[in-house]
Amino acid sequence: MDTFNSLILILDATLRVATPLIFAALAGMFSERAGIVNIALEGKILASAFGGAAAAYVTNSPWLGLLAGVAVGIVFGLMHAFATVTHNGDQVVSGMALNILAAGLTAALGNYWFQQGGNTPNLVDQVNGIDARFSPLTLPFADRLEDVPIIGGVYSELFSGHFLLVYMALAAVPICWWVMFRTRFGLRLRAVGENPSAVDTAGISVVKMRYLALIICGGLAGLAGVYLSVAVTAQFIPNMSAGKGYMALAALIFGKWHPRGALLACLMFGILQAIADRSQGATIGSIAIPVQLIEALPYILTVVLLGGFIGKAVAPKAIGKPYTKERE
Amino acid sequence: MSQTRIPGWIYVVVIPLINIMLAALAAAFVFWYIDVNPIEAVVAMAIGAFGDSYGLGYTLYYTTSFIFTGLAVAVAFHCGLFNIGVEGQAYMGALGLGLVCLFLGGKIPFILLLPLSIAAAGLFGGLWTLIPAWLQGYRGSHIVITTIMFNFIATAVMSYLLVEVLKPQGSMSVESAVFHPDSWLPKMYEVFAYFGFTIRRSPLNISIFWALLCTVGVYFFIWRSRWGYEIRALGQNASAAEYAGIGPGRTIIMAMMVSGILAGFFALNVVQGEAHQIKFGLVNGMGFTGIAVALMGRNHPFGIVLASLLFGFLYQGGSELQFEYGVDPRIIIILQGLVILFSGALEHMMKHPVERAYLALSQKFQHQTVAEG
Amino acid sequence: MTAQTVVAAQLAIELRGIDKRFGAVHANKYIDLKVEKGTIHGIVGENGAGKSTLMSIIYGFYEADEGQIYIDGQATRIADSKAAIAAGIGMVHQHFMLIQNFTALENVILGAEGSMLLNVSMATARNELERLAREYGLDVPLDIPVERLSVGLQQRIEILKALYRGARILILDEPTGVLTPQETEHLFKVLAALKEQGTTVMLITHKLQEIMAATDNVSVMRRGEMVAHVETSATSREQLAELMVGRKVLLQVDKGEANPAKVLLEVKDLSWRNASRVLRLDNVNFTVRAGEIVGIAGVSGNGQSELLDVLSGIQTLQQGSINLNGHVISSAAPVNPAQVREFKVGHIPEDRHKMGLINSFAADEAFVLGYHRKPEYNYRLLTNRAAITADCVEKMAKWDVRPQDPTLKTANFSGGNQQKLVIAREMEQNPDILLVGQPTRGVDIGAIEAIHQQIIGMRDAGKAVLLVSVELEEIMSLADRILVMFDGKIVGEIPAQMATETMLGLMMANILPDEVKQLQSGAQS
Repeated sequence: MDTFNSLILILDATLRVATPLIFAALAGMFSERAGIVNIALEGKILASAFGGAAAAYVTNSPWLGLLAGVAVGIVFGLMHAFATVTHNGDQVVSGMALNILAAGLTAALGNYWFQQGGNTPNLVDQVNGIDARFSPLTLPFADRLEDVPIIGGVYSELFSGHFLLVYMALAAVPICWWVMFRTRFGLRLRAVGENPSAVDTAGISVVKMRYLALIICGGLAGLAGVYLSVAVTAQFIPNMSAGKGYMALAALIFGKWHPRGALLACLMFGILQAIADRSQGATIGSIAIPVQLIEALPYILTVVLLGGFIGKAVAPKAIGKPYTKERE
Repeated sequence: MSQTRIPGWIYVVVIPLINIMLAALAAAFVFWYIDVNPIEAVVAMAIGAFGDSYGLGYTLYYTTSFIFTGLAVAVAFHCGLFNIGVEGQAYMGALGLGLVCLFLGGKIPFILLLPLSIAAAGLFGGLWTLIPAWLQGYRGSHIVITTIMFNFIATAVMSYLLVEVLKPQGSMSVESAVFHPDSWLPKMYEVFAYFGFTIRRSPLNISIFWALLCTVGVYFFIWRSRWGYEIRALGQNASAAEYAGIGPGRTIIMAMMVSGILAGFFALNVVQGEAHQIKFGLVNGMGFTGIAVALMGRNHPFGIVLASLLFGFLYQGGSELQFEYGVDPRIIIILQGLVILFSGALEHMMKHPVERAYLALSQKFQHQTVAEG
Repeated sequence: MTAQTVVAAQLAIELRGIDKRFGAVHANKYIDLKVEKGTIHGIVGENGAGKSTLMSIIYGFYEADEGQIYIDGQATRIADSKAAIAAGIGMVHQHFMLIQNFTALENVILGAEGSMLLNVSMATARNELERLAREYGLDVPLDIPVERLSVGLQQRIEILKALYRGARILILDEPTGVLTPQETEHLFKVLAALKEQGTTVMLITHKLQEIMAATDNVSVMRRGEMVAHVETSATSREQLAELMVGRKVLLQVDKGEANPAKVLLEVKDLSWRNASRVLRLDNVNFTVRAGEIVGIAGVSGNGQSELLDVLSGIQTLQQGSINLNGHVISSAAPVNPAQVREFKVGHIPEDRHKMGLINSFAADEAFVLGYHRKPEYNYRLLTNRAAITADCVEKMAKWDVRPQDPTLKTANFSGGNQQKLVIAREMEQNPDILLVGQPTRGVDIGAIEAIHQQIIGMRDAGKAVLLVSVELEEIMSLADRILVMFDGKIVGEIPAQMATETMLGLMMANILPDEVKQLQSGAQS
């Protein structure tokens, strides 16, 4: 029974940890499938987290915070597109520039606006009448089913009690899959990442498709950021993205640029994180597994995958190359 | 190809200068927004960075770090590779250097220990590039992603080592024991004092000489050696390199190893020169600053020294800004990002406007001389 | 068809005065063209004649600097591919514009989906494609990723793409270069069926046999101009060949007799497949002796580039063997370009920009490309810049490479001087065997003569020279023996004295003139 509870708690934590990764990985999917390497997920998440938290505080509404965060993500997406699509800038360098800009801008503006060392004020502040945090949702009958053996635990602990954004992330996966593989837009987007010349000769604007891809990417990354600040921590803390943008990229690659694979990879990263959190001092036989090893596992696995040792991770063919018509 | 030939200095000097000015303009806008007069800010920063030997010492201390990380990124860039892993490679260099200092500090004379610590710093940094380099050269795995992953793995490895192995008993901080003073690099104020000059104390230490030596060394390596020739050839034109019999796999590994070695030398300045122990997070983002420095310095050692000086100024001046105006010193990070954006990502943006302006101006000038003649 | 019936409205496409330049290159010179509706119209010409540019203009990839396009008698502006498609023009490119990991169905509907929902688009398309397949014989498996289909099937998808968008004018750019004979036959059946239904077909090709078999009218391009327009029934392969290469006065090079000595380069049973497993070299056998120039003629793309790549070590040998100056190379003992250079083999590559030079390198560094590790250029650790620069200055003076500035970046030299640089580099290293590809491509007249003299000079100094060129004049004036390649095979060999342009032109199109047949049977008996 105890292991069962532990299992539930781990899975519960998994969903919470995986949510921003899922949003970010889906964001990365749109960008990379259109042929643009997206190192900038980290910066987009961070910037949106800040924008969302700041807006939520000022307007005392988590929903406006969410809109603001998504807007910030889109702005960053547009900047990314401006550099890489309009000016054929190096995609990786542009991505790094945005990451660093985000880190600096969020800290500096945060300090300037709120004078709290870069944090935004707490979104739950009863003294000042501020309640701008997303609260966890309780699914119907969760309370009453709590004590029902097995099903009750699963329902009330695992399924219920998450932030809205968690459910949104899980819902986003099939929606993104549908957009990517069942709509005209998705077909064209995937084509752009494989062979932009073919798309061009078919009469479709490569520039327009890539801009749209980066806008969607920015929006989804925005949701990841908003989740971190407006839902989980109830405030923005400098550098709170803590590498999640890169992990999401790794998850995307691990998942072979497919929503289903990305979801599984994100969940895997989440489980590893949840287990790591609970297993200070775990052992195999008499050897203690260092918690750092478990933390490093997702990154090690990504490298192994990239080396082509677990199946081939075949990136979209035209990724990383700016598109220019030949013979200008 | 345009009819009139546009001179090379337009591309090497004018356009980069314009890019930096755009970055500065954008930065000025940010300053203005947070109610800091940009001019006053720059003056305050200049005073803080160069005004006295304390500020100058700090500035040059930072400059030293950036020279190492900037050179590291630049060497890889010459081979067409974007080494984002300098952060992790520097960290591992610190490990190698730290081990030498911990185990040999006080046991062998400094003059024998120093070459060992240099070698260890370089070796550990270089080895940390080996796997990503091999994967890129022989399996085509994208080096950007693998080096980012290795940054995280380095953090995990160091975290483990610092907590479980290197941390002295009973200590609560995540850091190693302090090195024996005999292994410490002499600080510059100590050197000056030895010769009878008094300057204010600062972390600036003799590793700056090593940094300058490396600068010269990198110049000769890239432009005056056959390995550098092959690295540049591969980076500029992979087909021509293949035609010339330059094997891409081994050349990539060479370039990355040299890059990693330079990154490792960062530890000489920060660990053996100042901290005297291995601390968690000792690189503190300076590996990424190296990218800005390399881009701004156009991957040329001379330019990198200038760019490192600029960023040293920004870092030290940033501290001054915090002191004077309460401005978050992290504003410097914005400047860093703007430099990378304008000098790196948007480097082509000004090309056509500047070319057109030059052609228009030169035509006007020609008409004038014809009219006068 | 009489002249009276060729009125404007009967013309599917008419071009008047189409002119296009790319910088200094005058790709299309005031082209006039009339293509009658419901006919198959061939366009022939050698490489560089301007055919691709013209087709790119019709398809909207470029816009002409001057001139007008008339579709169905209406002046039409084709600013991009979208406009071309709207005007009823469909194009099957030489290099397919397909998304490799999409299915045929997905490739066809891309850009013409007709509905936001793929399921709907695909269902509609499937029906239509099945109809087209039935009507024109264009059967293609619709649900397999395209990369797994044969080249012939991929081409059918390209045609279906065009037809699906309602193309009334179908342009095919060198369609049979990648097809087997059977696939070619099938293609022409399809084109005939299309013609029957009133579609106009433009066939760009250099294969004269196909022109004679399949087209109604033929237009010939040469050096950017439209030089002839004939009815196919009124002409012959020989006449077309002559029109294609033109009757020009040969630039006679002063050339003494060749004195071929021992065999320095021997190629035996060489076959080679590229990364996509397509056979690019098919059982190639030949020798080159010291003191002779062997020329390899042929339309570009028939295996000559691959041959040079394998001989120089850039590509690994798979089947057969090569004997380079006494060194045997086989699949068991492969070599890389550095080793090949050590065997005293020089290589002037076909594409100096892609391979022979590095644009950002200074001239003196360019002079040691491939030879940068030699002891005379290096101290123990550092390079001997003084020696390299002195070497460069000496060679620049000797070869009249202008400007004589060893510090100037190679990108800033003119095409002719760049080529001189490459040639000087390779020849000055004094190889025993010299591989030369397109030595005067992009080089102006003045420099061509000098380069030709140098090549003869190498031959007279007792070197073995293998010359690959698409310029027949060049081959004919330089070579002592001429081999012609077609489709990866050597189709024939003739001594230079015997060769005429017509003969070579036919051989380049895989038609053996009788004289050559006699030669071959004579050699066999």
